Amino acid sequence: MSADLPLLRVSQVSHFYGDRAGCRDVSFDLWPGEIIGIVGESGSGKTTLLNCLSARLQPSHGRVIYRDRSEVMRDIYALGEAERRFLTRTDWGFVHQNPRDGLRLGVTAGANIGERLMAVGTRHYGNIRDTARDWLGRVEIDAARIDDLPPAFSGGMQQRLQIARNLVTAPRLVFMDEPTGGLDVSVQARLLDLLRDLVTRLKLSVVLVTHDLAVVRLLAHRLMVMQRGRVVEEGLTDQVLDDPHHPYTQLLVSSVLQA
Amino acid sequence: MTTPDSRGGSYNFAYLDEQSKRMIRRAILKAVALPGYQVPFGGREMPMPHGWGTGGIQVTASIIGRDDVLKVIDQGADDTTNAVSIRNFFLRTTGVATTERTADASIIQTRHRMPERKLQEGQIMVFQVPIPEPLRWLEPRESETRTMHALAEYGIMHVRLYEDIARLGRIATAYDYPVQVNGRYLMRPSPIPKFDNPKLDRNPALLLFGAGREKRIYAVPPYTDVKSLDFEDHPFEVQSWDHTCALCGADDSFLDEIVTDDKGGRMFVCSDTDYCAERRTADGANAEAAE
Repeated sequence: MSADLPLLRVSQVSHFYGDRAGCRDVSFDLWPGEIIGIVGESGSGKTTLLNCLSARLQPSHGRVIYRDRSEVMRDIYALGEAERRFLTRTDWGFVHQNPRDGLRLGVTAGANIGERLMAVGTRHYGNIRDTARDWLGRVEIDAARIDDLPPAFSGGMQQRLQIARNLVTAPRLVFMDEPTGGLDVSVQARLLDLLRDLVTRLKLSVVLVTHDLAVVRLLAHRLMVMQRGRVVEEGLTDQVLDDPHHPYTQLLVSSVLQA
Repeated sequence: MTTPDSRGGSYNFAYLDEQSKRMIRRAILKAVALPGYQVPFGGREMPMPHGWGTGGIQVTASIIGRDDVLKVIDQGADDTTNAVSIRNFFLRTTGVATTERTADASIIQTRHRMPERKLQEGQIMVFQVPIPEPLRWLEPRESETRTMHALAEYGIMHVRLYEDIARLGRIATAYDYPVQVNGRYLMRPSPIPKFDNPKLDRNPALLLFGAGREKRIYAVPPYTDVKSLDFEDHPFEVQSWDHTCALCGADDSFLDEIVTDDKGGRMFVCSDTDYCAERRTADGANAEAAE
């Protein structure tokens, strides 16, 4: 029966900043193991929507319902704050565009990875270290750098560290806000490769916000195109990108430079 | 309740006016009911700068009565500036008896130490607290630290201890060592050495903590569990010395290192002056009895 229910059900979510709409009437279901991409230009409401979905910004209208580990569908804004915070740091992950927003810069890489473990009650230093080393390896950072501070890492490494820090509690749902933004292309390619690998192996569901069509082409199963707060087109990624119907999507696809 | 004119002027007993004392007592009662929880209170201006123990002094002023016997210590000693001036302050504003003997005191105000002698039921310790919030250096926002307390989200404190071990090979925090009170609230025990942390646990005396600048009061009621945070494979431990006290020979007390000359001479002596003096008097008496 759990297979009949989506992991995340978003129904008619709107958020208004005063009179202006951040996002309007967005509905979709996210299924386990599915990656949904949200694309659109700056100001189209991608980030507002992502914040509404990830319990960081209460939407003005609409509901966000999440199927928790006990298979109960729960409205995330009806949860108590304690439950919601617990959910966001165990079952969910959030990868920020700028790794500095998602990392603790004053503590070592190992502590960054171990923080969520300690937050859920792990109290064995040796085990925390082993897990941190293991995760550094999985995101292709040399385990010998476990005691280095994040500012000593390159941008790409910081981003990978942020991913490790989010995945250490084996979340089921990860929100990503431009995870490859600000990285040069070769580093981007490696990061995408790594992400694709991790996501498939861990059967993660991902809501991926980006303006980069190449990123969604590689990662996302489904795609939603946003313009001025509304979803103007959605469908399978390849379908939308190869045969765009909405004029705005056509513009978006044709604006990409062919290398 | 006013002091006689002989003690000079129109100050109320114990300096604070009765309404302020009531307000502080109410905060203390709440603090006792919620062990380890920081209760805000309307801190008053005291005739000394913040950082000199205004929080502890306000707590003491609110609970002291005419029959109390007051002892004030600073770094374990009764004869240092801070201890002497606070003792004189209460001597002038209340006229109560003061003592240097831990056993005789009903209220002990302290900065940076707990006495070595075991406290008894009925005694009250008042701690001067510079920064009451244990999560402060980890999370700068007060709204966020309050939420963390409310939800008992204390994992971040272990991140700090983790960092200690990762960088230095052991938990290097030596004073103001974070504790969890009654299995619930995380608490800063004020800057006492971690050597004193085990004394907080199930102590028969009432322990009150006052922070004057931050206007917070918290408490550990008698016989309350106080656990110092640690890791399973790096358990909490207190510091130890290779020396014994050069004056009384104690091997179980917290020792201060005192430089005696400019040629590298130094001696280790008890930081608790009353404990040291008591042991020396007892030794003297024993020696006399043996003669």
